[in-house]
Amino acid sequence: MASKVIHAFYNDDDVLMHAVKKVKAAKHHIEEVYCPFPVHGLDKAMGLAPTRIAITSFMYGCVGLTVAIVMMNYIMIQDWPQDIGGKPSFSYLENMPAFVPIMFELTVFFAAHLMVITFYLRSRLWPFKEAENPDVRTTDDHFLMEIEIHGNEQELKDLLMDTGAVEINITEK
Amino acid sequence: MYTFSNRLKIASFILMAVGVLGIGIGFMAAPSTVEEAKAIVAAHGDGHGDAHAVVESHGDEMGHGDAHDASHDEHLLHQLQNKPWAALYVAAFFFFMIALGVLAFYAIQRAAQAGWSPLLFRVMEGITAYLVPGGIVVFVILAMSVAHMNHLFVWMDPEVVAHDALLQGKAGFLNGTFFLIRAAVFLGGWILYREYSRKLSLAQDESNDDSNFKLNFRISAAFLVFYLISESMMSWDWVMSVDPHWFSTLFGWYIFASMFVSGITVIAMVTIYLKSRGYLPDVNDSHIHDLAKFMFGISIFWTYLWFSQFMLIWYSNIPEEVTYYVTRIADFNLPFFGMVAMNFLFPVLLLMNSDFKRVNWFVIMTGIVILAGHYLDIFNAIMPATVGDQWFIGIPEIGSILFFAGLFIFFVFRALTKAPLQPKRNPFIEESKHFHY
Repeated sequence: MASKVIHAFYNDDDVLMHAVKKVKAAKHHIEEVYCPFPVHGLDKAMGLAPTRIAITSFMYGCVGLTVAIVMMNYIMIQDWPQDIGGKPSFSYLENMPAFVPIMFELTVFFAAHLMVITFYLRSRLWPFKEAENPDVRTTDDHFLMEIEIHGNEQELKDLLMDTGAVEINITEK
Repeated sequence: MYTFSNRLKIASFILMAVGVLGIGIGFMAAPSTVEEAKAIVAAHGDGHGDAHAVVESHGDEMGHGDAHDASHDEHLLHQLQNKPWAALYVAAFFFFMIALGVLAFYAIQRAAQAGWSPLLFRVMEGITAYLVPGGIVVFVILAMSVAHMNHLFVWMDPEVVAHDALLQGKAGFLNGTFFLIRAAVFLGGWILYREYSRKLSLAQDESNDDSNFKLNFRISAAFLVFYLISESMMSWDWVMSVDPHWFSTLFGWYIFASMFVSGITVIAMVTIYLKSRGYLPDVNDSHIHDLAKFMFGISIFWTYLWFSQFMLIWYSNIPEEVTYYVTRIADFNLPFFGMVAMNFLFPVLLLMNSDFKRVNWFVIMTGIVILAGHYLDIFNAIMPATVGDQWFIGIPEIGSILFFAGLFIFFVFRALTKAPLQPKRNPFIEESKHFHY
């Protein structure tokens, strides 16, 4: 379905923040905002749901800890409980201090790497991915707000002009 | 201005009175002769008595004879006589160390020119007011030990040193006079910084420029250098030297982590209390969040040091080092591993969630567990060398905790009434008021 979107350009993050609040107050749905750098509080102003990536990271950490414990319990205690330098390989608990560095590192490893991969998957980032920014200036010094048009082109234009936009384009998407 | 509520004042007096009673009972119940000591142990119950009998008959079989039994009984007597002293010392040191930990945190906040914490400076200054009375109490207990009024530190006993080549070798450092001089220097340095910094902090409120603030910044940085050295030596003197045959290089850091996290916890608890009474209107949840992050992070730091010390010694298993942990695991199993749960698992799981760090009662609950855990930490450091397997958390221990808790509350909240709770002309106060995380 061919739909029209309106692109409003701003050259200051404060102006952008005010514009976002104004557009939200006027009950328009903001498709996307493109910024050259993180704008503090923008997600709150847009009403985006908080991220749950920290929760996934915690769970990945638990997986890593479990992997470490199961692995070392199998290798060192169950499979071949050798006497290595007098270390007590009778049970996992008795020799646990020696395993703690690995337990810790694997927890961190799983939590960090799987969280990063989750981030890439959820935000659709990978090598050779085609860049999505609608205007090259949004990576340098311009901010862009994208709003879908539902037959209210002029009204939207007026509203956005009012918020201090430096340029307004209408494109097919 | 804060006014010391009458209820809290009365509560602190009641705590002190009950505490004195408990301490008194502890000293009355301590045996004065070998026979009394044996009677106390025999009355302890069948399980313990049987185990003891087995050990004794075992001793006979080995042909050690009466001399060994006599020295064993003497040892038992000393342990039981140490009980009220050790209980007093652990609690005295624990509450003193909270004030000292707060002082270190305060100096760091000043030296780092932190923008979020100036609103809490008066709270920290109030807590460090306990340094003077608390320091005097600790010093008096140490002086009494040097005066042979108790057996807390075996290296102070000339009889023991005469038969111990290791202690003779350490006598250059571990002798009563030098020990007390060091203690006086450390306490003097800490109290001097505290009083001077407080004076500058109050003077800054009334001045027209930032010279007091700048001077405070400089002396805080200098104090931190002194603090790191003195705190490390203090931990060797006051804590590690109860086990004079044992030494550990990271011990100073370990005690530091313990006092630092306890201090931060108490800052958070006092702040939340004052805020709940409406005395700190500009303190918001973000300040509590930051303190809770410190509680969380330093709890992990403490665990890291605890584990590093334990694991290195456990791994290499060198007999002269490992006895330290052998006695703790054998005789103090529950407090020794229980404190790891209280100081690590509990804060890690409860304070990991960002939202929980903003819930005040959550921070208070975790804080209580952390403080109890670090009391146990000091308990585990002192008790095995002083009372050995005769330990118990009974009337003398709880009495001492209550007494010093009352003393701590009284002096801290009395100091809080002496100055406005919000610094006026601190250059960072506006930033601190609008601190938002």
